Amino acid sequence: MNDQTPLLSVTDLAVHFPVIRGVVFQREVGSVKAVDGVSFELRRGETFGLVGESGCGKSTTALAILRMLRATSGRIVFEGRDITDLGVGELRPLRRRMQMVYQDPFGSLNPRMRARDIIGEPLVVHGLADDRTAYRERVRELMDLVGLLPDMADRYPHEFSGGQRQRIGIARALALEPSLIICDEPVSALDVSIQAQVVNLLMDLQDELGLTYLFIAHDLAVVRHISDRIGVMYLRAAASIPGARRPCHTAAPTIRTSGLKARPWWPATCMRDGRRQAPFRARPAARRRLDLGRPRQNGCQTPTHLAAELR
Amino acid sequence: MSDLAYAPPLTTLAGPRPALITFLVRLVREKPLGAVGGAVFLVFLLCGIFADFLAPYGVNETNMAHRLEAPSWDFPLGTDHLGRDVLSRILIGAQLSMIVAFLAAGFATVVSLAIGVVSGYFGGKTDMVVQRGVDAWMTFPDLVLLIVIISVVGPGVVQIVVVLGLLYGIAGSRIVRGAVISVKENMYTHAAQSIGARTWHVLIRHIVPNVMPVVIVLFTTRIGAVILTEAGLSFLGLGVPPPAPTWGSMLSGTGRTYMYLGAWLALAPGLCLTIVVYAINVYGDALRDLLDPRMRGSQ
Repeated sequence: MNDQTPLLSVTDLAVHFPVIRGVVFQREVGSVKAVDGVSFELRRGETFGLVGESGCGKSTTALAILRMLRATSGRIVFEGRDITDLGVGELRPLRRRMQMVYQDPFGSLNPRMRARDIIGEPLVVHGLADDRTAYRERVRELMDLVGLLPDMADRYPHEFSGGQRQRIGIARALALEPSLIICDEPVSALDVSIQAQVVNLLMDLQDELGLTYLFIAHDLAVVRHISDRIGVMYLRAAASIPGARRPCHTAAPTIRTSGLKARPWWPATCMRDGRRQAPFRARPAARRRLDLGRPRQNGCQTPTHLAAELR
Repeated sequence: MSDLAYAPPLTTLAGPRPALITFLVRLVREKPLGAVGGAVFLVFLLCGIFADFLAPYGVNETNMAHRLEAPSWDFPLGTDHLGRDVLSRILIGAQLSMIVAFLAAGFATVVSLAIGVVSGYFGGKTDMVVQRGVDAWMTFPDLVLLIVIISVVGPGVVQIVVVLGLLYGIAGSRIVRGAVISVKENMYTHAAQSIGARTWHVLIRHIVPNVMPVVIVLFTTRIGAVILTEAGLSFLGLGVPPPAPTWGSMLSGTGRTYMYLGAWLALAPGLCLTIVVYAINVYGDALRDLLDPRMRGSQ
């Protein structure tokens, strides 16, 4: 596959959760729109940062890409293949190609498994652990890759520090040599001094293994450091991304680099292009604050123009 | 690189030792009470197994010359109203009670685990249907259900094991279900799924090991409950049919009737029951803690 085809392309992704009333005679009384209209592309070997305030649907987007959640509409194309509607059986080989690093280094490791078994689990699941010595060697290699000492293999998760645990999580994600790793706020639960180590580890691994990252975070400083390009999500409806290098206005100053407070302005107005149910209806307070009463003309024509590259 | 600094393992074990030995050492060191419980329980278990050799008299050997005799050298725990040796009956009774208790509690635990895991893990409609079934079952008082079922299938060890197992198993499935639901929400379950693990792999490797603390406690408390329920059934004439002795029937039958004439008749089976149930419970608690890797090296 040539370098120009995006590794992953998400088009107008929407994930809605039905709200169901009644026990026997169930009826749908509405839906929670967790994600609505997200589009972006990931090129091979790059890090794409996805930022947005908490609760805006970043993680839901990640889950939909992993196919842990079913997309309500939109298309997800991974490695040139539409994976939006793959069945359970077809998903298994796909799972080898994309892995996830989780936010919580405490909750994402089974407390009753040793580090070796956690890291090697993907190999076992995919039947690559038949040869015992090769398996142990592979686990050792993975531990080495993420900077864990081999004699830590027999320890349980609670015997590691937060940073070390996150390294275990990363080693597990690497075990199957995936092409895409989705990092869902991989450092936000860590101590600041450890954050840098883990971020640098991720960057080193990318250089070494040619990985592609979808890096989800709300800490702009971290995202800025690691990302080649950045997409912004706002409320569950979403804004992204500069497939074309054509920023809609000068985006950089609009994302105030003040961590959680970062808010782009115009995506909101852009999204209101004649939809019956405006995606922002749920948050009148936000609308007032952002003065979203009427759509404003500001030069944004399509949702893909909503956010811009920061560098 | 502070998080790379190598911390020495919390437990220092002198060389590789067989898992059983390691386990026993830890049991004695970290959970002395549990170790005592385990030992007491083991003694009773051995008594039950070798009851046929240990019993000084036959189980149903009556001796009309020595009726309702107080404990003596000839009859260490006295005799009952038919002149049967209480010690012999306690020993043989241990056999029966243990068999019933273990099989029924074990069966109950398996049933609880199966129902709880299926209901809790799959959730949604499956959960709904299963839980309404459990609700319906639990609507009936235990004893009423027992009496109805036993009077249909007839009394006997196998029947009692199956019926008690089902009874307690279905009731206990709620507890397992709750634990499964909380374990299921952990990210490691999610991680396993996203790796592409099949459902059984997730269940066996992630769900079941993490609900084991609950299951062990469930099992040990059930053993006591089963022994007591069997006693209740024997009292109603629906337990293991006489003249086979179980602690329950000895306690509630002859023990109750002749309590004023011979306190030992009620004391002997009653004390045995109490001691065994307590021993199993403390041993179960110790086991639960020792099997939890997070408890390694702590008291």
